[in-house]
Amino acid sequence: MNIHEFQAKEVFSRYGIPVPRGIVATTPEEAKAATAELGGQSVVKAQIHAGGRGKSGGVKLVRSPEEASEVAQTMLGTNLVTPQTGPEGAPVEKLLIEELADIKQELYVALTIDRGHRGPALLVSTQGGMDIEEVAANNPEDIHTEPVDPLSGLMPFQTRRLVRKLGLDQAVASEAAKVLSALYRVFVENDCTLVEINPLIITGEGHVVALDAKINLDDDSMFRHADLLAYRDVSQEDPLEAQASDLDIAYVNLDGDVGCLVNGAGLAMATLDVTNAAGAAPANFLDVGGGATPEKVSSAVKIILSDPKVKRVLINIFGGILRCDIAGEGIVMAYKETGSTVPLVVRMLGTNVAEGKEILGASGLPVVFADTLTDASNAIKQIKV
Amino acid sequence: MGVLVDETTRVLVQGITGKEGSFHARGCMAYGTNVVAGVTPGKGGTMFDDKVPVFNSVEEAVAETQANMSLIFVPPPFAPDAILESADAGIPLIACITEGVPVQDMVKVYRYIENKPTRLIGPNCPGLINPGAKCKIGIMPGAIHLPGRVGVLSRSGTLTYEAVGQLTTLNLGQSSCVGIGGDPIIGTNFVDVLRLFDADPDTDAVVMIGEIGGTMEQDAAAFIKAEFSKPVAALVVGASAPPGKRMGHAGAIITGESATAEYKIAALTDAGAWVIPTPADIGTTAQEMLRSKSLLT
Repeated sequence: MNIHEFQAKEVFSRYGIPVPRGIVATTPEEAKAATAELGGQSVVKAQIHAGGRGKSGGVKLVRSPEEASEVAQTMLGTNLVTPQTGPEGAPVEKLLIEELADIKQELYVALTIDRGHRGPALLVSTQGGMDIEEVAANNPEDIHTEPVDPLSGLMPFQTRRLVRKLGLDQAVASEAAKVLSALYRVFVENDCTLVEINPLIITGEGHVVALDAKINLDDDSMFRHADLLAYRDVSQEDPLEAQASDLDIAYVNLDGDVGCLVNGAGLAMATLDVTNAAGAAPANFLDVGGGATPEKVSSAVKIILSDPKVKRVLINIFGGILRCDIAGEGIVMAYKETGSTVPLVVRMLGTNVAEGKEILGASGLPVVFADTLTDASNAIKQIKV
Repeated sequence: MGVLVDETTRVLVQGITGKEGSFHARGCMAYGTNVVAGVTPGKGGTMFDDKVPVFNSVEEAVAETQANMSLIFVPPPFAPDAILESADAGIPLIACITEGVPVQDMVKVYRYIENKPTRLIGPNCPGLINPGAKCKIGIMPGAIHLPGRVGVLSRSGTLTYEAVGQLTTLNLGQSSCVGIGGDPIIGTNFVDVLRLFDADPDTDAVVMIGEIGGTMEQDAAAFIKAEFSKPVAALVVGASAPPGKRMGHAGAIITGESATAEYKIAALTDAGAWVIPTPADIGTTAQEMLRSKSLLT
C-alpha cells in the first residue's frame, strides 16, 4: 500500500525525524491561508501516489499567498501526469503547502528489503534530489549500502560508517546518524517495504531535514496496522483494482481487450503471456485465488465485464483447491446477473471438470471450450472484435 | 530416489484441525503420504480422522512419532511461530504453504533457521511431491503426476500443475516437483534445489519455471552455466506485466531492469538452458530437450 508524502511526514514526525513545517490544503483558499501562515512564501506540492512530480509541474515555489492560491487553482482537480503515473495521470485532491527550505546539500536515504541478503538494507548517497535509478546506472560508486541483520537491527557503528561515507561534518554527522536510526525504526515498526527520503537536506544552519518522504507498506502486514489502514486513499487507485482489492482478488488493469480470469498468480501471468503470444492483448491480470466460492468467482467475472475495454473473456482454471463446478457456477451467475453477451473461452482442467463444463454448456452463455493453453489462445484469436 | 522427500518421510501437519489443513492432510494421506502427527495448540490428545494423533506442540509430536518433516497450514499471523517451533524441535525439513506472511517476519525467520540444520520450503508455495515414492506433501492435485525422471522446480502453484500436466500428457514422468514459493523472501531458492537435482541419480533433466521479480533466475542461470551437469528447460512468465505492479505473488513485481522477464530469459539463454517460448510449450520443449540428449527412448 502506498501513502501520501504528507502522511509519511506525519509518521516521520512521530519518530523525531525533522520535516519542514507544512499544512495540507484542499482548496485555493486553504493554500493561500497556509502560505500566509508560513510567512508569505511556500512550496506547493501535489499529493499523488507517484514520484517524478517535480519534473512534471507538481511542485511549485510561490512568492505570495495570492500566487499560492493561483497555483493551487491550476493543480487541484486535475490529473497530474508524471513519468511514473501512466498516461492518464493521478488525481490531485490534496496539496502539501510547505515552508521554503534553505538547502546547502542534498542527500539520498532509503531502506528496503534486499532479496540478495534476505534482509533490510540501508542505502545512502550524496547524489540527493536525483533519480536514484540513474545514479545507480551511471555512478554506482556514489551509492553506499549497509545490509542490516533483522535480529540485531541497525547498529550505531553502521550508521556511523554510512555518515562517514557521506563525508559530513561532525555536528551534522551526529544529527544524520540519529535520522538514520529513527528511519530504521519507522521501517520496522510500520512493516514498510520501502522508506525513501529524496532529498534529505542539510540546511544552511547545518540541520538535517527530510524534504521529501515516501513510504510503501507491506499489504500482508495490515492485520497488525489498523492505524495505517486509515491512510489508504482509494482515489489514487485504479477503480477496478480498488474494487478487486476489497474482495481480496489480485487484479491489475492492463490495456488490451481480453478479460482474463485465472486461479493462481503464476498461471495468470502465464495466461497473459500466451494471450500476447497469440497476438491478442490482455485487458487485465486477475488471480481469483484458491479457496474461491461461486460468489467470489462471480464478483471477479463482474469486475471483468464492467471494464468497457473488454470485448472477449478468457477463463483458465486449473482445478485443485478451486473446483471447476464452483468456477462454472460463478461464471454463469455473473453473466445472468449482468445480462452480458461478451463471448468467452473457457479452459478448465482438474477437479470436477465434467461438472463445470456441463454447468456452462447448459447455461446458454456464448462459451467456447478449450482443452489446452494453445487451444485457448487460438479460440480467443478467432473471436472477431 | 527423487529429492527431499520419499518413502521414509514422516509428516507432521501444523494446523491439521483447520479447514485447509484438514482438507489437504486428507489429500496427502489418500495419495500415500505417511502423515504421522498433527499439531494444534489446545487440541492435543485428540485424533484426526481416527488415524492421526494430534499434539499440543511440535516437540511432543516429534518425541512420540519421530516425525521428520513439517507441513504448515497456519494463518499468516501465526506462521512464523509455527516455522520456528518446528526448527526448534529439530525438524530437518519444513514446507510452509501459508500465503501472506509479512516480509519483515520472514527476514527474521530466515535468519533464525539459516544456521540451523533445517531447510524451509516456501512460504506461499504448493509444497513438494515425489510421485515414484507416492509421497505428496502439499496442495497439488496428485492425480496429474506420473513417476519418471524429470525434476520440476517452480515459484508458482497452479503454473507448476500446468507444467506437470503438459509433461504427463506427453508421458514424461517426474522424479520430484518442488514449488519454492512466490514470496520475495523464501527459505529455499532455485540454486538450492538445482544442487539437489544434480545429485539425484533418478533425475535426468529439469524443468524450471521462473517469473518476474528479484534475481533468482539469474542466480540459477549462473549456477547452470558454471556447475549444473543436467539439461534444463526454463520458462519465465510475466513478460506482459507492467513495472511496479504486484502480479498476485508478493515477489512478482518489476523493480528494475534485472527483474524483467526479458533480462532473465537472456541470462538463461546465455547459460545454455532450453528456453521455453511460451507457457503452452513446456511439455514439447522438455520433450525436444530429452530427445536431443538421447534421454528419451
